[in-house]
Amino acid sequence: MATSTAKKTAKFAGGHSSLGISRAQAKRDTISAYLFLLPFLIVFIGFVVIPMVMCLWTSFFDSTMARDDIFIGFGNYTKMFSDPIFWKSLSNTFVIVLVAVPTVTAFSLWVASAIYRMKGAACSFFRCIFYLPVVTGTVAVTVVWKWMFNNYYGIINYVAKGTGIIQNNINWLGNEKTALWCIILILFTTSIGQPIVLYVSALGNVDNSLIEAAEVDGATRMQTFWKIMWPQVTPTTLYILVITTINSFQCFALIQLLTSGSPNHSTDTIMYYIYYQAFKLYQYGYGNAMGVILAIIIAILSAIQFKVAGKGNN
Amino acid sequence: MNSSTTKKLTPYKLMSYIILAVLTIFLVFPLYWIFTGSVKNAKDINSPTPQWFPTNPTMENYSKLFENPAWLWLWNTIFIAVVAMIITCITASMAGYVLAKKNFYGRTFLFSMIICAMALPKQVILIPLLKEMAALKIYDNLWAVILPTVGWPFGVFLMKQFSEGIPGEMLEAARIDGAGEIRTFAQIVMPMVKPGVGALAIFTFITAWNDYFLQLIMLNKNTSLTISLGIANLQAEMATDFGLIMAGAAVAAIPILTVFLIFQKYFTQGITMGAVKG
Repeated sequence: MATSTAKKTAKFAGGHSSLGISRAQAKRDTISAYLFLLPFLIVFIGFVVIPMVMCLWTSFFDSTMARDDIFIGFGNYTKMFSDPIFWKSLSNTFVIVLVAVPTVTAFSLWVASAIYRMKGAACSFFRCIFYLPVVTGTVAVTVVWKWMFNNYYGIINYVAKGTGIIQNNINWLGNEKTALWCIILILFTTSIGQPIVLYVSALGNVDNSLIEAAEVDGATRMQTFWKIMWPQVTPTTLYILVITTINSFQCFALIQLLTSGSPNHSTDTIMYYIYYQAFKLYQYGYGNAMGVILAIIIAILSAIQFKVAGKGNN
Repeated sequence: MNSSTTKKLTPYKLMSYIILAVLTIFLVFPLYWIFTGSVKNAKDINSPTPQWFPTNPTMENYSKLFENPAWLWLWNTIFIAVVAMIITCITASMAGYVLAKKNFYGRTFLFSMIICAMALPKQVILIPLLKEMAALKIYDNLWAVILPTVGWPFGVFLMKQFSEGIPGEMLEAARIDGAGEIRTFAQIVMPMVKPGVGALAIFTFITAWNDYFLQLIMLNKNTSLTISLGIANLQAEMATDFGLIMAGAAVAAIPILTVFLIFQKYFTQGITMGAVKG
């Protein structure tokens, strides 16, 4: 505690030696700081903060095109709870998150630990490969997967039939049992790039002498990993959990381009349903209310992840 | 050093190489399929037996693609990505610098607001954003995509991380030498955070290029579309003309892949720095 206060004071003095800062200087600093911040603040407040506030505000109104909004209190929220498609989308979203987040995290940690000690060129080669689907862009990646999953012309049916995995063509994206899993698979390929880059750099920062010392002492590979490397990459793991959760919750483009929520709402996600309500049915208020709920869910989950990871650290 | 341990091919290692190889094929194959599909003729592409390698390459898909205003779509996308990149680099390095190095009233509040905004799902604000753009009369205008991209606070966060590394003594020395705030920023701060700006530039470029949802909401008429939107529309209209759609996907992917491969180093640095201490 004492050191942190001292640190704060030192930071406040900011290299002004021991003279301290006069009040006039502090005022000048504040004015010049805000002048530097001004361009950012205009766009940040204008196009991020104000829309966020408006999102919350409009969620209490019956708001649609070409007529004034009508205040309905919690009407949109109560409507949501009796809307079966909302619940269906919510549960689909949770399936995606619960499957994608652990797989992406575990898998990227494994890949990173397999490649981080390789020679420079090999390591950057793999990092680059795993990042390609992210960079290529959702639309380009999605349209090719849509073709590959196609019932008649898709290469997946061809290969699966050729190798005897399936007997007849499967309409992967048109089948309630398979569609959501296809989407999770594609989401997986576009999600592992960033975690791998993060883990490679985090593992590279683990003190090598500790690992060597453990190896000399006869620790097994697993022991070295769990006792030495894992605790040191916990902050990275936490960050990856949070960003992957946020991204999986916001899964939209894949759904819109591949299935539009069909068949029979089996691939509706919250984000897609918000889009559908707001931009197809023009139910702005209802869409915003679901957006607020989505934001609250993500906030709670992030808080839990921070708490759990914080405990694991001690 | 420990070359003896790394050279030996243990069963575990062999297995990891096999898994890595399978994964590589799995991730690269869609790209291969885009590029080869784009040069296959209609007969080959619609045969139930896929052709692993295009034996009769043709450019007919590309000429069909450019019957649409695909050059314009490409231009719009480049305009959005480049303008968003330039403005973000300027606003974020200025804001990141003062957040890291200045003490001013409201600093803690502002910083926590930035962190909160970053943790929220950004797609949630699209509905009010659309209304706002309509009120500002820039709906269906490229600026309706550029402005929210610039306003997203990740860049400020990243530049704050990079600016922490500037020694306070250097700023103090500049002040004693009589350099004004702007000169200090331009001549001392900017050269020191250059790698950060590089990382942010490439990061913003790729994000803006690929932000399909935002583009979908804000842009509507055929001449203001981006390349991603253009392809999505083509796909909605002609779902089974795979050759044409792959040509579109190739045209959308080539520029961004080239940019990524050239500036890869900065990009890696950017995502790593952005994660340090969340």
